[in-house]
Amino acid sequence: MKNSVNRDLPEDVMKDLNYQPFESTEIGHPEIQRVAPKVHVSTGDDKVVTSIKQVIKDTLKDGMTISFHHHFRNGDFVFNMVMREIIDAGYKDLTLAPSSLTGVMNDLVIEAIKAGTITHITSSGMRGSLGDFVSHGGLKNPVIFRSHGNRARAIEHGDIKIDVAFLGVPNADALGNANGMEGDAVFGSLGYALMDAQYADKVVLLTDNIVSYPNTPASIKQTQVDYVVKVDKVGDPDKIGSGATRFTKDPKELKIAATVNDVIVNSPYFKDGFSFQTGSGGAALAVTRYLRQSMIDNQIKASFALGGITKPTTDLLKEGLVDKVMDVQDFDKGAADSMHTSANQQEIDASWYADPDNKGAMVDQLDVVILSALEIDTKFNVNVMSGSDGVIRGAIGGHQDAATAKLTIISAPLVRGRIATIVPDVTTVVTPGDSVDVLVTEYGIAINPKRKDLQKALGNLPGVPVYKIEDLQKLAEQKVGKPKPLEFTDRTVAMIEYRDGSIIDTIKEVKD
Amino acid sequence: MAENEERLRRTMMFVPGNNPAMVKDAGIYGADSIMFDLEDSVSLSEKDAARVLVYEALQTQDYGNAELVVRVNGQDTEFYANDVKAMVKAGIDVIRLPKAESADMVKQLEADILAAEKEFGREVGSTHLMAAIESAKGVLNAPQIAAASDRMIGIALSAEDYTTDMKTHRYPDGAELEFARNMVLHAARAAGVAAFDTVFTNMDDTEGFYRETEYIHQLGFDGKSLVNPRQIEMVNKVYEPTQKEILNAKNVINAIEEARLKGSGVISMNGQMVDRPVVLRAQRVMGLAKASNLVDEEGNYIEK
Repeated sequence: MKNSVNRDLPEDVMKDLNYQPFESTEIGHPEIQRVAPKVHVSTGDDKVVTSIKQVIKDTLKDGMTISFHHHFRNGDFVFNMVMREIIDAGYKDLTLAPSSLTGVMNDLVIEAIKAGTITHITSSGMRGSLGDFVSHGGLKNPVIFRSHGNRARAIEHGDIKIDVAFLGVPNADALGNANGMEGDAVFGSLGYALMDAQYADKVVLLTDNIVSYPNTPASIKQTQVDYVVKVDKVGDPDKIGSGATRFTKDPKELKIAATVNDVIVNSPYFKDGFSFQTGSGGAALAVTRYLRQSMIDNQIKASFALGGITKPTTDLLKEGLVDKVMDVQDFDKGAADSMHTSANQQEIDASWYADPDNKGAMVDQLDVVILSALEIDTKFNVNVMSGSDGVIRGAIGGHQDAATAKLTIISAPLVRGRIATIVPDVTTVVTPGDSVDVLVTEYGIAINPKRKDLQKALGNLPGVPVYKIEDLQKLAEQKVGKPKPLEFTDRTVAMIEYRDGSIIDTIKEVKD
Repeated sequence: MAENEERLRRTMMFVPGNNPAMVKDAGIYGADSIMFDLEDSVSLSEKDAARVLVYEALQTQDYGNAELVVRVNGQDTEFYANDVKAMVKAGIDVIRLPKAESADMVKQLEADILAAEKEFGREVGSTHLMAAIESAKGVLNAPQIAAASDRMIGIALSAEDYTTDMKTHRYPDGAELEFARNMVLHAARAAGVAAFDTVFTNMDDTEGFYRETEYIHQLGFDGKSLVNPRQIEMVNKVYEPTQKEILNAKNVINAIEEARLKGSGVISMNGQMVDRPVVLRAQRVMGLAKASNLVDEEGNYIEK
């Protein structure tokens, strides 16, 4: 069975899991029935407990689905705290359905799989030892990878039915009103966790900071929460921020960023009231700085900035160059603190951000997005999931969702070390080429041939050579040579859903 | 003098010859000249590896229109002979001789290049050379050095070694380099070759870099040696002609064309005769304007 991006899909697995092959980026206008959680009625007077073990005993049964959020990133203490108790209590056959898995969770996830505690996983991504473990066949059932918007969709549909959500928060009152903005382990927006709070049958908050009632602003509300567990520490503030937010000095990254900015500024979308999403990472921060200057020079202001937010973006808000920041997660403390102080930095949940089955999501209104790629092929298909060795080492994040923007720019170096970024066929298709418009490399740009308008607008920029993507691929090959094809077994270790829930690709077990 | 047509040499970017990533990416920054270094930036244990790396890169990588230069090891080292042979064989545009102190050193290099051209079947005379002036002796002999070979494309001042030789060091105002800069520049102009100013290494001092670049631009240097690709844009900005200069140059070019069509040997503009220096300057301005993307194909100024 092949889908519309020419990927061979295993018929038996597709049938077992009741999946349809990916057809199109168009969502259309279907009618959707959403699900609702079970409510265990209470006045809320007895929610605060101190024993995680007891809460687990009271709420969890073999075969259930549990969830976590990843807003603490590598500073997360909550996941391991809860998982330890679950493994030790001897639970079996659980489905793990977090918003994503960060490196700090890897050891216990692997232990839980080996113990038979976890038998199914759905996540945005995984990296390091866990990705390696799964790619080598460590988990019997294929992992289901979903974008942030798709996870929201799957939860609303009941494709992911969360029985118990364990949500760490830096503050909560005794009834469970909580936000991500105050306390030692602040991370700002609770965007992804809001889905779990709204749809899980049992919602367990874990916090090291119980504050007086009623706690406002309440991102998670008492109406959603069953338990509030007091713990010593929910996270390590130093590890919550995702790396340095310093401006890169790497001349190659700067060159790519300057070219990305040239593409934006010369596109038809760069006008007063435009909107953009940049993401994190050195090059993205550099783009924000160049874009700021171009906005000042051209007297243009943005109506909103979207997605994962960094300090350079909230600085634009302070400067008045951006009217609103629509914030599903914060990548650094500066952005998290700004949410607390700025009324124009709106916390949004993953559904509002990017759910395709919606009455309109923010990404549907997005003009410009800059995204990265591990690989991009001559059909503009992008891989952000598997490495050059075929091993899982990434996350879909909001990639598929934000790529629906009117101008989707992939910024990537032509080669990384001795590995080509631009290839004839990506190892794993995550984001279909149909939703990608321009590729920016340090050598020049390639424009999706379907975008004749952009070919015209960007075809003659001084200092920005335009290549056919096939020529950039050849240039990369000329530099690093042709790699030996990767070898995989027939066994499927992961399914990559497109944001509509169809299957865009699968990942096979690597052959050593 | 090796080339009659005036080639833009605003930026000569240094690339350590033992760094594969930098060698591979050297072409993407728009430097007018790329100088692969086999000398000071390469440790003794890596001399052979660097030579092989640069040789292979010259065979396989596309550096576009950039002029490709290699700084070989000094004539008093055991690496010099193999450096020259390998680079001539690889088809390098220019070999740069470090620590040039006399015309004889240049003539020696010329002879070694010639021998290598014959050995590897390269067209005789196709390998150009340049010399770096790095000592008091070099500065005083600059006129002879600059005029020592028909293959010579330019001479460069190298201030780190020079200031050490002069028992001083570099100062922000550059007074210690005043004599050397003017000497090198005059020697170059008298010999009809290019003059390159020395590197500026403090990447955090943008203001100082602009000040120095504006100063050497005013003196008349063709350009500057650079250690970081981020400096290229800054140098080009300093060398950008103004709108007034471009419009004036365009008028001169039009007058030349008019005279050519009329078959007239005398070029006149607004009733005044246009003499040769004005023509040369106009051509130089248009060349810079094109390189700076300030004019279109026909030489018309692009309003920003």
